[in-house]
Amino acid sequence: MPVSKRIEVNDLNVYYGDFLAVEGVSMTIEPRTVTAFIGPSGCGKSTFLRTLNRMHEVIPGAHVRGEVLIDGNDLYGPGVDPVLVRRQVGMVFQRPNPFPTMSIADNVLAGVRLNNRRMPKSDADDLVETSLQGANLWNEVKDRLHLPGSSLSGGQQQRLCIARAIAVSPDVLLMDEPCSALDPISTLAIEDLIEELKQEYTIVIVTHNMQQATRVSDKTAFFNIAGTGKPGKLIEYDTTSTIFTNPNVQATEDYVSGKFG
Amino acid sequence: MSNETISRPGTGRPADATTGKAGGRPADRVFLGLSTGSAALIMVILAAVALFLIIRAAPAIAANWTTDPNLSHGTTAGHADFWSYVLPLIWGTLWSSAIALVIGAPIAIGIALFISHYAPRRLAGILGYLVDLLAAVPSVVFGLWGIFVIRPFLLPAEQWLVQHLGWIPLFEGPQSGTGSTMLAGGIVLAVMILPIVTSISREIFLQTPRLHEEAALALGATRWEMIRYAVFPYARSGWSAPSCSGSAGRSGRPWRWR
Repeated sequence: MPVSKRIEVNDLNVYYGDFLAVEGVSMTIEPRTVTAFIGPSGCGKSTFLRTLNRMHEVIPGAHVRGEVLIDGNDLYGPGVDPVLVRRQVGMVFQRPNPFPTMSIADNVLAGVRLNNRRMPKSDADDLVETSLQGANLWNEVKDRLHLPGSSLSGGQQQRLCIARAIAVSPDVLLMDEPCSALDPISTLAIEDLIEELKQEYTIVIVTHNMQQATRVSDKTAFFNIAGTGKPGKLIEYDTTSTIFTNPNVQATEDYVSGKFG
Repeated sequence: MSNETISRPGTGRPADATTGKAGGRPADRVFLGLSTGSAALIMVILAAVALFLIIRAAPAIAANWTTDPNLSHGTTAGHADFWSYVLPLIWGTLWSSAIALVIGAPIAIGIALFISHYAPRRLAGILGYLVDLLAAVPSVVFGLWGIFVIRPFLLPAEQWLVQHLGWIPLFEGPQSGTGSTMLAGGIVLAVMILPIVTSISREIFLQTPRLHEEAALALGATRWEMIRYAVFPYARSGWSAPSCSGSAGRSGRPWRWR
């Protein structure tokens, strides 16, 4: 069983080249909780999420100043390999992205095969089953594990991506609007899954859907941006019920009550 | 109300767009005619070229080369018929192209990968430009380079091959004294197909969906692992085509330093 970890962010700035995209974020995310990031488009919540496993470095010129500690270890310390960070902090994307030429089973095993090439067939089969069961997908695909991952429906593909992410037993699971390309039934399936995964993983989810944030998360962080070209900022971070019923900041109240955004 | 929208001049006609017919508007019909005509023209030209070549070559193909006064001396002397003359040339073309592909394609793919996924943006631009420049070198320059540089350069290596690996039929003696070998031809061809294979591979590699690349990276793939997981599978269908067209374009050139 993976050991879920506490995330501590201290005064983090994110830059794209010279442009300051996110300014001065500090927060602590407790283990085995679901934390939702909400806010209008372009407020930097996805950018900030990506700094939690250094995926922002895929974009040329993107860099950070500040600290991200996972159980006390700085992700941005000298000599820390981003590849190893990403093996500890898994990620699920906005649009389902199974490897199209790989079978369902190979998709689940993709991450493990990066870590250690050879794995006895029985172990591999077990891992495929437990991961797919963990993603609530096993019963739907157990008879066609050899078919390409792209043969599944969108919602099933997204759960396949979750299975692929949890197959490597990460400490933390990041989800970047995982339901935005899915229909309501598939969305419900993913939300149920998040509820179950919370028993084992620390989950951070970016969502545009405020009802979704209230349904799945324990704590909510509201990000906002003062205007185009200004950096995004963390406005308020509290328990989800506080954010949605009794926020401290006027902007938060305006956003969650639908006055803007 | 719907009648009004459809009949209003200058607006799109949804009914036509959905049925795919180039309905009533004259401009549509004219353009359809023009583009269809252009497409048909290329087929007509190709067919005409093929027809011309076949008709004009038919006498030589049918003739008996030992008795025909035009063919029994000169470069065609000593050949019984058309096929005994042409088949070795065709075989030489295929064989040298195969050597060129084996040598050139991996290098071209390596360059393309470096440009698309490893090099910093500015260096990638310069490199891409240099590779395109290579494509602009006239093929006669490559031919001369092959004759005066590659042939003598390869002689010692070929000698070694014949002496030590001569028992393999491929490297069997006697060795060519001038160095005019299939290997020399293949190497020159490899350099000649490099630019086109590189630039098409680079285009294909760059088109790899970002989503797939990120899927691999987020699982903790190194850059090379990401390329193996996302870029190669995506490009697999695409790259065999440029390799072939690259060699087809180049190997048809006059090729007679035997």
